[in-house]
Amino acid sequence: MQKIIKIVILFIFIFVIGIFYISLTRDTNYNTSSLINKETPEFKIISFDDLNYYTKDDIKKNNYTLINFWASWCAPCKVEHPILMKLSQTKNLVILGINFKDKEPQAKIFLSELGNPYDLLAKDKNGKHSVKFGIYGIPESILINKELMIIQKFVGPLSVDDYNNIIKIIE
Amino acid sequence: MKLNLFLLLFIFFSKFSFAAEKNVDPNLIHKNLRCLVCQGQSISDSNSDFAQTIKLVVKDLIDEGKTEDEIYEFMSEKYGDWIVFKPQFNTQNSLLWILPYIALIFGGFFIFSFLKKRQ
Repeated sequence: MQKIIKIVILFIFIFVIGIFYISLTRDTNYNTSSLINKETPEFKIISFDDLNYYTKDDIKKNNYTLINFWASWCAPCKVEHPILMKLSQTKNLVILGINFKDKEPQAKIFLSELGNPYDLLAKDKNGKHSVKFGIYGIPESILINKELMIIQKFVGPLSVDDYNNIIKIIE
Repeated sequence: MKLNLFLLLFIFFSKFSFAAEKNVDPNLIHKNLRCLVCQGQSISDSNSDFAQTIKLVVKDLIDEGKTEDEIYEFMSEKYGDWIVFKPQFNTQNSLLWILPYIALIFGGFFIFSFLKKRQ
């Protein structure tokens, strides 16, 4: 009986230590990487100029598409903008910019001052479309291949490393 | 006359069933969804931008006729199980669900054998 009690106490001790170890060493930064290798969700999003809609069919034609959620009020979007400008010069990639919960005049000023890297430009006035892509803050970017699979998700502003990573994938 | 009565009953029951389908409480769903950009708040408690967007999407999903579980499933698919306060049973969190029952069975067995030995 004494032996069983000792084994049970030892088991509980190891279990508690194990839980603490897993919890303390786990990456606490939240990300939606679970969407990687999943198919792009269905969407129908209005273009920035209100003239037409973009759907999955519009990105099917491209080898790679980078969907970038941005806004003029978002400071980190300004930080990543030069990277997007550089990416816009690459051949194999189409950039779909989704202007998120923004005011149109401000968004236009943003693009005229910093340049427009977007091949396709849409807007998500109330943010509902962002939920389909698991977006919880901007900027966020999603790299999609020709088979419409999400191959990378970038939370936060795109960095030089992200740029190199994208270039490596698309070339 | 019979036709009128039939139509009346049809309208009544179709409205009744429609009302039953619509019986999904958005506030309950908001309380069970975690605000991912807040410190320990639910979507219901938070006024953050993220919470406002999720509330709009939940409303849309209810209008589309989705059930409470379907809405949780949709949110988990997009943001992972972390968004739901009560996670659904799956292989990844099976231990979380099964362990209390295992502890209960072993504990019961332990107490039973201990008492039996004392007698």
